[in-house]
Amino acid sequence: MYQFSGKLKMLAIGLMVIGLIGTAISFMNTPKTLQDAKDILAKQEASHHGSHGGGHGEATNDHHANTEHKSDTHKSDHKEVKSNDVAHTNDHKKEVKADSLSHKEEAANHAEDTRLTDSLNGHVAEKAHVDPSSHAGNDHDTAHHGDDHEEHAKHAFHQMQNKPWSAIYVSLIFFLGISLLVMAFYAAQRVAHAGWSVVLFRVMEAITANLHYVSAIMLVFIIVTAMHMNHLFPWMADGVFDPLSENYDPIIDGKKWFMNLPGWVMRSVFYLLVWNGFRFYIRKKSIEQDNGDLDLHKKIYNVSVVFILLFMITESMMSWDWIMGIDPHWFSTLFGWYVLATLLVSALTVICLVTLYLRSKGHLPFVNDSHIHDLAKFMFGFSVFWTYLWFAQFMLIWYADMPEETTYFALRFKEYVVPFIGMIALNFIFPILLLINSDFKTVPWVIVIAGVFILVGHYVDLFVMIMPGTVGAQWGFGIGEISAFLFFLGLFIFATFNAFAKANPVVKGNPFLHESEIHHYYIIEHRGEDNAHH
Amino acid sequence: MSGHYESSYREPLILGDKSYHDITEDIARPIEGKANKNWYIAFYISLAAMLWGFGCIFYTVGTGIGVWGLSKNIGWAWDITNFVWWVGIGHAGTLISAVLLLFRQKWRMAINRSAEAMTIFAVFQAGLFPIIHMGRPWNGYWVLPIPNQFGSLWVNFNSPLLWDVFAISTYLSVSLVFWWTGLLPDFATIRDRAVKPFQKKIYALLSFGWSGRAKDWQRFEEVSLVLAGLATPLVLSVHTIVSFDFATSVNPGWHSTIFPPYFVAGAIFSGFAMVQTLLGVMRKVTNLEAYITRLHIEYMNIVIILTGGIVAVAYATEFFIAWYTGSPYENYTYLSFGAEAGAYGWAFWSLMIFNIIIPQILWIKKFRRSFVVSFLVSIAINIGMWFERFDIIAIVLSKGQLPSTWWRFEPTFVDVGIFIGTIGFFFVLFLLYARTFPVIPTAEVKTILKSSGENFKKQREENNEH
Repeated sequence: MYQFSGKLKMLAIGLMVIGLIGTAISFMNTPKTLQDAKDILAKQEASHHGSHGGGHGEATNDHHANTEHKSDTHKSDHKEVKSNDVAHTNDHKKEVKADSLSHKEEAANHAEDTRLTDSLNGHVAEKAHVDPSSHAGNDHDTAHHGDDHEEHAKHAFHQMQNKPWSAIYVSLIFFLGISLLVMAFYAAQRVAHAGWSVVLFRVMEAITANLHYVSAIMLVFIIVTAMHMNHLFPWMADGVFDPLSENYDPIIDGKKWFMNLPGWVMRSVFYLLVWNGFRFYIRKKSIEQDNGDLDLHKKIYNVSVVFILLFMITESMMSWDWIMGIDPHWFSTLFGWYVLATLLVSALTVICLVTLYLRSKGHLPFVNDSHIHDLAKFMFGFSVFWTYLWFAQFMLIWYADMPEETTYFALRFKEYVVPFIGMIALNFIFPILLLINSDFKTVPWVIVIAGVFILVGHYVDLFVMIMPGTVGAQWGFGIGEISAFLFFLGLFIFATFNAFAKANPVVKGNPFLHESEIHHYYIIEHRGEDNAHH
Repeated sequence: MSGHYESSYREPLILGDKSYHDITEDIARPIEGKANKNWYIAFYISLAAMLWGFGCIFYTVGTGIGVWGLSKNIGWAWDITNFVWWVGIGHAGTLISAVLLLFRQKWRMAINRSAEAMTIFAVFQAGLFPIIHMGRPWNGYWVLPIPNQFGSLWVNFNSPLLWDVFAISTYLSVSLVFWWTGLLPDFATIRDRAVKPFQKKIYALLSFGWSGRAKDWQRFEEVSLVLAGLATPLVLSVHTIVSFDFATSVNPGWHSTIFPPYFVAGAIFSGFAMVQTLLGVMRKVTNLEAYITRLHIEYMNIVIILTGGIVAVAYATEFFIAWYTGSPYENYTYLSFGAEAGAYGWAFWSLMIFNIIIPQILWIKKFRRSFVVSFLVSIAINIGMWFERFDIIAIVLSKGQLPSTWWRFEPTFVDVGIFIGTIGFFFVLFLLYARTFPVIPTAEVKTILKSSGENFKKQREENNEH
């Protein structure tokens, strides 16, 4: 049996404590009042003017100050804005150019188009727009031309307040998703009667132990969100469904049947119940099955089939409820599966990394290079699969260029271009190059490097899915984001290794266990292993 | 014998007391014997259908596309429906030979040869439609980027219809090479057994002088693996590109980002149904029941349930998001409240019944292990998947954004005739294949005999080797 070492436990607890402290600090650093937000904006603007010619290091500030500057001037006619821009640095010009490029038609149609400001800011104020369905972004303000400045500050204030919440939310979804997908993969292995992965079952089970913890946090998060303690979901804002309110949004009102608080909370709780119920049952039965009872094996199989069925449905709906709802005007049919791909490849990577760690410490003597090779193959294959879905979604929207959908990517290209493009390298190019070679797929350090790329890349993917709608141009990667990640990482380490120590590292009673133990993929040379048992 | 170890929990894949020699005998028998009356009846019926279809094609090309039921509002209907349907059917072949190879599924070995043959013959049929649905098919070669005397006038690479050209032609060539490589050792077996000099000559040509040395086998395996690794993204991308024909457009109901994976899932779904249809008959008439067993049928049915489930989730997603968009136009898409009750309501409900409802009986173990039920369900899916393509195309085009363009499509006898012709053509090829090709990869099946043969499994259990 594996012993959860004191050192590792201390590390896990340490990470959680640091994470908690950092998160607390990031909450304290958010502006409390509108005036605070205005001060920050003013400071950002000042630093923008002061740092002309400076590098793009303070990308966020730059962007922000840029929009701020324009909102000062855009009350006058468009020409003036232009001449003003010309006077600015290259940095600034590029910005405006990129903007006007993506809005070519509109810019031509509306000479005194004030929307540029707003769209730069993370919300397309399309109130004056032709097509009522072309809403996007999360504008809860009604961008009246007169009090734009005030509205803008208010909006930025909300975004700043959202920052620590979003930071937690990204990491929460990331770790929840990983645990969930490890479980789905595990269920799939059970259903497929896989013969190779049986020796990894306990590793996978251990990782899914984290599901209970993150689900509990998610539950709190759901309640807190439903109590309006944050502004992550624009459709939860006051007055959105009230035709008499200034905040009235007919588009969201049209989706009331789906986008309403009781429904959202009930569905969310339902997903968590299904997943946690399955995890509870399967782990219990799996340990019982160590006695070799084939009826139990059959039972786990049947339950896994039902789980996969429910999972396919709940996963799609979860991604609509928890992520797509952040941009309530935007929609994409592929979105659920795209989120699935992101989480699945991360989950496979986590299985592989945890396996490698445990094996390196000598706790998994029956895991040989062929098992690692198989896991690395999955990492490779599903990285490509993720890219396929990413491209399918992006390309189709780019190609048809329908305004109600394109805004989603326009915003990401404007404000998040580095993470948005960077994740393609992290999630596709690096894993492809590192893992295509068969020999490399058994070399631990190569896999670890590829795995880190993949995990960072998919964190960034979730970041780019969630942040633009919640914090918009105010995004950054600072103490809040890092702390939230560290907290969940610590929790993950604690949950996983704690659970792994609680059961036999092999599922003894599994009828395919021996197949897995002697698993040897024919093109792999097993380096440094004694071949006695082959 | 640990090299051939397999859990006793697994059912055998080869029934009876078979030896290596028996396998060769069983598989070579249909090639070496004479065709019976039933084969000729089936062949002539198929041939007649094919010739009728060719007649319709010549009539179309000679007279003009106007002989079809298309209108200026519905420019695509049966032609592209059939195209997508046939391409989709072809996908199961590559899935079985490539994806299942990557997943090391031993049960694939009894069915992959026929599935690949089916792929190739289905892609032939599919490949007809992009040409014959052209207004000026004799200018068809203009789709190729060839230097020319029009100031080197080139194609525009932005059109998914052009990507189709590349996708389908690449798909056909890679599938063909993959299939043929696998055939080399088997052709060599037939060559070595042939008694008639003519037959020997033919199979000697077909087998490229395969002599089965260790080095050849090693390279053979590597090539198969690499081709499987290439064919898998290819099979995904081909039907993805086919789906782009619709999804890149701005038509509500076509413009949907889920189309790429959903079309692929549908392709596997329909392709497996077709494999099920063909093998259900073939195992009987060629006496290969020992190799294509109930277990194979069950596994295929499980794949059908899985991909059918994915397709069902996609339908639900389409239906939901069509509502969620809040766009009134989305109400006339093929999966919407509008379609359900509209002029094509019957097509919508056919799709639901044949694709979603009927296949659900495969959840019951007794049914998914039954040859008759599997056969009937597979026919239902073939029909249902045809309706899926038809619904996507015709329902969406029949009610576009402008009500003044609304139109109802009715096929003419030429539309129907060409479709029947392709079915005939397909079966002509498949029937000829079944008489001249080893329909089960002899060499591959031999590799699993000792691990998964019924007799060997029993023997191992008696010796109590775990």
